[in-house]
Amino acid sequence: MQTASTTETWDLEIKPKTKLLDLHLKDVWKYRDLMVLFVKRDFVAQYKQTILGPVWHFIQPILTTMMFVLVFGRIARIPTEGVNPILFYLSGITIWNYFSASLTNTSSTFISNAHIFGKVYFPRLVMPISVILSNLIRLGIQFLLLFSVMAWRYLQGDLILITWYWLCIPLIILLMAGISLGCGIVISSLTTKYRDFNVLLGFIVQLGMYATPVAYPLSYLKGKGFKWIVDLNPLTSVVEAFRYCLLGRGTVEPTSILYSIVFMLIVLFIGAILFNKTEKTFMDTV
Amino acid sequence: MTETVIKVEELSKQYRLGKIGTGSLAHDLNRWWHSMRGKDDPYLKIGQINDRTTKGNSEYVWSLRDINFNIQQGDAVGIIGRNGAGKSTLLKVLSRVTAPTTGSVKIKGRVASLLEVGTGFHPDLSGRENIYLNGAILGMRKAEVRRKFDEIVDFAGVERYIDTPVKRYSSGMYVRLAFAVAAHLESEILIVDEVLAVGDSEFQKKCLGKMGDVSKGEGRTVLFVSHNMGSIKELCNSGILLSNGTIQATGEINDVLDKYKTNSFSASPLWENSKQSKKPLTITKISIKNESGSLSNLFSINDEILIEVEATAFEDLKNSTIAINIHSGDGAHILSIEDISSYPTLIKIREKGFYSLICKIPKKLLNKGVYTVRVGSGIIRVQNFMNIHELSFEIINDAEEERVTNHLKGYIYPNVSLQFQYQKHN
Repeated sequence: MQTASTTETWDLEIKPKTKLLDLHLKDVWKYRDLMVLFVKRDFVAQYKQTILGPVWHFIQPILTTMMFVLVFGRIARIPTEGVNPILFYLSGITIWNYFSASLTNTSSTFISNAHIFGKVYFPRLVMPISVILSNLIRLGIQFLLLFSVMAWRYLQGDLILITWYWLCIPLIILLMAGISLGCGIVISSLTTKYRDFNVLLGFIVQLGMYATPVAYPLSYLKGKGFKWIVDLNPLTSVVEAFRYCLLGRGTVEPTSILYSIVFMLIVLFIGAILFNKTEKTFMDTV
Repeated sequence: MTETVIKVEELSKQYRLGKIGTGSLAHDLNRWWHSMRGKDDPYLKIGQINDRTTKGNSEYVWSLRDINFNIQQGDAVGIIGRNGAGKSTLLKVLSRVTAPTTGSVKIKGRVASLLEVGTGFHPDLSGRENIYLNGAILGMRKAEVRRKFDEIVDFAGVERYIDTPVKRYSSGMYVRLAFAVAAHLESEILIVDEVLAVGDSEFQKKCLGKMGDVSKGEGRTVLFVSHNMGSIKELCNSGILLSNGTIQATGEINDVLDKYKTNSFSASPLWENSKQSKKPLTITKISIKNESGSLSNLFSINDEILIEVEATAFEDLKNSTIAINIHSGDGAHILSIEDISSYPTLIKIREKGFYSLICKIPKKLLNKGVYTVRVGSGIIRVQNFMNIHELSFEIINDAEEERVTNHLKGYIYPNVSLQFQYQKHN
């Protein structure tokens, strides 16, 4: 029996090249269960066989804050716009940590998962997205710490208000997530063949914190000649806006926020193109 | 009507050898420069055939070259070939782990590939958690895993350990669990690389059985790579033989297997010691001959087969032996004969000198098929001097016999002495 099968339909076509921007977002959605499980795995596996478990999420920011209070507050005597120094540093550290952890983890997507990617296909984008999500949970936990410090300051008589601005915080975090995802996938695509960027990234992130108003307020730089460096940093306005919404202090201008949003869109777009190009053959060169 | 579910057209895959560094950066820049001007990749032209044993002068090799084939729905296809023939590369391309350099693959239906057991297993997570994780990596939805959970645990036989981290598992248990997850995937096409090498024979059998069910019972398509010819023969109905990245043969599995067997041994029925190596008991020449004494490696079941060995003892030897072994094409050891069993005095002393021996394999002993000859010399239970596994011969069925016995399998020909006592009871 011969049926005319000139217009055969194939479910899948494997070809050497794809369109410039083909992210299989539909596939990513199909694999959402996997994404959830990766998040769970990251979270559960990290503190297996530790006694303190998730408490470690608190210890790191607490110790960093103490160090900042000592170095920037007591030694360098940098003012904190009238906010309690502990609260000021902790808020900066919380949002910065989210960025740096997301960036470093997503940027090693291809290299550290090569053993899985080399053996089974699933949309590669699942990996960096799940990293962003699991860091989001970590951020949520650290928010608990931040809120308890705020409650403590409130009881001490500090002026802490719950305002409508709090509703903007998720958007700010989304902006942060977008920038870290974008930068992360750009770097992960660039590092599959030549690892140089990975070496660079470690201290870029470290130095980047000093170019971002984490340990000092942006207003402190007013009139200083090198302020443009900090202004160029797309994260500056994000951190400042975060403090402004949460604590009511900070320098936020619409243009700088717009700059950050445009930066995020561009870096996500470039990242998507590079990632899409790399994911097909990176197994041969990783 | 059967339907084509996998269609591979002009598929090629090129790999670059050597290190990645400034040299490869220069090539990358050159390639980018060509693509900016709309030209073809200059390095695609200079790839060499992938033969790992020879030294080439190009940094690029073709791991697969112009592969074309179609696979029908419900086929169980065995992919065979020597190490480095391109089998795993082909499976990688089919399971989308890496993209081809040129050509295309078209697929109908969901593909589940099992290139390795336990991909993504996290050592710190329990068996239960890993079943869900691994299932999701292989493309199953959570609900699907939940529905099959009991079945998976039962198949793996690790119920007692299901809440223990998998790093505490024995390697066998680990593999059992991992295969169990993959075996319960609901996919139209199943791709399996040689993964059953671990695990005990009972479990291997179980896996093969499961894969057999998948292809025969459920009408799903299976692609299977293995070096175990026995399991390929058992499971597959058609085969693809790869060699140095190109297809050597496709078709019915037994034909392809036979081709592979004869390919992997020299076609000549004569082996001579070319290396002039000088062991205390050196085998210098092996030949396979027919009754009339001329070299041959194609016999009928009714032929006597003569295996002639020439050897030189360079010193007086005690407990020395020369042994002839016959193996089947799929590796089973059929028989072995030693010269000392016919000449027990050789055990006490084998005097220095030249020896030649002839072993006659009687007619109607071996069934049709391909057999290989392995000849060894050594001191009993102490030392092996030589072990030569180079020659092969094939036995075919005579036309007159064919009618009755051609369909009978097994290594030993069903000879007269083995016949049934036939009685009819009322």
